[in-house]
Amino acid sequence: MQRRYISIGRWLLPLVLAALLPALAQASSTADHSKFEALKGPFASAPEVTKACLACHTEASHQVMKSIHWNWDFTNPDTGKRLGKPRTMNSFCGSPLSNEPRCTSCHAGYGWTDARKQPEPVQENVDCLVCHDRSGGYKKVATDAGHPLYEPRTIGAKTMMPPDLAKAARSVGDPGRDNCGACHFNGGGGDAVKHGDLDTSLIKPSRKLDVHMAADGADMTCATCHTFNDHIPSGSRYDTTAKDPHGLDLPKDDHNRATCESCHGDTPHQQAKLNDHTDRVACQTCHIPEFARGGIATKTLWDWSTAGRKDENGKPIFIKDDHGHLKYSAEKGDFEYGENVRPTYHWFNGVTDQVNLTDKIDDGGILRLNTLHGDAKDPKARIWPFKEMRGKQPYDPELKTLVVNHVFGQDDSAFWTNFDYSKAIKFGMDYAGLPWSGKIGFIETRMTWPITHMVAPKEDAVKCGQCHTKGEDGRLAALTDFYLPGRDSVRWLDILGYLALGGALAGVLLHGLARMVMNRKTHHD
Amino acid sequence: MIKRDVMIYTRYERFWHWSQAVLIFTLFFTGLGIHGTHSLLKFGQAVTIHTYAAYALMGLWVFTTFWNFTTGQWRQYLFKKGILKVIRFYAYGILVGEPHPYKKSLQRKQNALQSLAYMTFMVIIGPALWLTGLLYLFYNEWAGQPWSGDALWLVAVLHTVAAFAMGTFVIIHIYMTTTGKTPLHYVKTMITGYDKVELSEVEEAYLAETKTVDMR
Ligand code: HEM
Repeated sequence: MQRRYISIGRWLLPLVLAALLPALAQASSTADHSKFEALKGPFASAPEVTKACLACHTEASHQVMKSIHWNWDFTNPDTGKRLGKPRTMNSFCGSPLSNEPRCTSCHAGYGWTDARKQPEPVQENVDCLVCHDRSGGYKKVATDAGHPLYEPRTIGAKTMMPPDLAKAARSVGDPGRDNCGACHFNGGGGDAVKHGDLDTSLIKPSRKLDVHMAADGADMTCATCHTFNDHIPSGSRYDTTAKDPHGLDLPKDDHNRATCESCHGDTPHQQAKLNDHTDRVACQTCHIPEFARGGIATKTLWDWSTAGRKDENGKPIFIKDDHGHLKYSAEKGDFEYGENVRPTYHWFNGVTDQVNLTDKIDDGGILRLNTLHGDAKDPKARIWPFKEMRGKQPYDPELKTLVVNHVFGQDDSAFWTNFDYSKAIKFGMDYAGLPWSGKIGFIETRMTWPITHMVAPKEDAVKCGQCHTKGEDGRLAALTDFYLPGRDSVRWLDILGYLALGGALAGVLLHGLARMVMNRKTHHD
Repeated sequence: MIKRDVMIYTRYERFWHWSQAVLIFTLFFTGLGIHGTHSLLKFGQAVTIHTYAAYALMGLWVFTTFWNFTTGQWRQYLFKKGILKVIRFYAYGILVGEPHPYKKSLQRKQNALQSLAYMTFMVIIGPALWLTGLLYLFYNEWAGQPWSGDALWLVAVLHTVAAFAMGTFVIIHIYMTTTGKTPLHYVKTMITGYDKVELSEVEEAYLAETKTVDMR
């Protein structure tokens, strides 16, 4: 059945996209930064580079300072709750508080060493290069509050060289996948750890992995969809657009392209029955059949409760699994990983309740660190795919709050050097200025991460029968609050129906048998 | 009275009957696939075939209704007396070799039980299927209301009930076709269109002269 809509958009769309895509991917510029005198260098520090940028781009720092990349501060418009890394908890690393120079290495600025306060609004402290370096050489070092190296440094057996700041400065351009990925592919402390649909395999993805970003696909960058307006990014996990009634943005009103509908509209299929799904099923649900498909495993379990074990010589224990992944780390506890993971599915209307550090929690069961809103009855909700992260993390069983774990630093309390939870948590809670009863418990947590990247080619999309099935392994087997054809039926009615069919069959067979046994020719003609 | 081979099912009637048979088989088979009774087809395939076949069947029904009324054939389906006698015949008489209580004639192609069964088919089971089927098919046009979810359930349940009724009807219907002079007699009739019918001399002469109905 093909209900075709004769709409101009349908025919025009591919043309518009074809015309716009190259432009979207790399807008050509009238300025060649490699020829700029002011960028010749040498630069003694990264803030000096920023200063050079600001000489022309006078508003850039002010714009960046308004963005979440700078202030790590966000008020959820739906719930009114103030969120952001320094206060909102996840099931991975805990809190950046007291761990700043490590955790703020992913701040889009330099020198934020105290996350209890907002970063100082110093213009040169905005990091232009982390997003705009196209030389590939610029890197923030993991432990210096956002600065790159300025001197060679030996960590363990490796000696790392400082980046060539002048070369980076002269290379600037629109952010590539590697720029965003430097932080976002490494969330949770390493490649692929956190999201499951974001890892370094997306720097040069195959078409199978990501149709949009593959060089032989649309060759798009992150910012092609995550449109920036005055340096403010679009798209948010705190305030998700679970359904985009605005639909096609192109070519009108194009300032937030961070939904599939922005480019594809809400009737993108040839088959009407498939379009009938888009009001209740997110595009991602069918078009991202599995996450972590790029050959890099994502963490699916992090159990902090077992951390701190040492061997008989007093050395912290580290154990790797057959694939070379750490499965136990004295610093962090037990891990499990997944590759090619089938998502879990939930109704989601875009509203999420996040647990903050200071929130009273219910420790009667498993703690959901982010509670999704929406159900089948909610017309704003759609079925979305998620990575379900299992965690077990320290909390205060008396005051019923999560706690700050001071893990990083050269002092006598940091967990990663001293392996003593009481010291580490005391230090962390004192630093944060929060009350702590002195008791430590471990609470099981769950967290759901929306899966929205790694969109597969259409031939790999989820097939109808993977949801419309009676099988217990049906993808939507757990979502039982609506009638799903092929999965649901009324048991007694089925029994009656089959009885009627079977009864009729048995009846006519018996009747036929009786006719044969009586063996009399009827006189009917 | 003379027995002659007379065309009692016209070409359109036979076309209608057999295409309806094929479509209903297809719909029942794919419908049960959608329902999850069997998994011989992929769900997507089952839905696609079911949808095309449903459109075809509804189209056929529109034409046939038109045909039934323009030709006056709809009267064949009207209620007839003597239904108990027919029931008694199939329950007992047929086993002991009694003659059929009804005689086929040009103006009376169906016995009382047949008429009732076909009438039920045409005014209850059929419409129940296309009504609920269309609602099911166009769910999205009435989705998004607070009651839509529950209503979809109801539509699906009614559609399924009607489908089971249709299946039961078809089983019995097919068996009944074996109760003719020979087990395949009725089927042959529906294929060729001809059956032996008793005609009065006047009737015979009239048909031979006017050729309003084929005779051989
Ligand atoms: C006459 C027009 C008909 C229409 C418009 C129609 C339409 C539909 C539609 C739209 C569905 C749901 C498919 C989906 O999930 O997307 C369906 C399911 C089904 N159909 Fe039909 N159909 C028709 C006739 C029939 C007939 C004649 C039969 C059987 C003899 C039948 C048996 C079924 C069954 C058993 C289901 C599965 C119901 C469930 O489990 O929810 N249908 N039909």
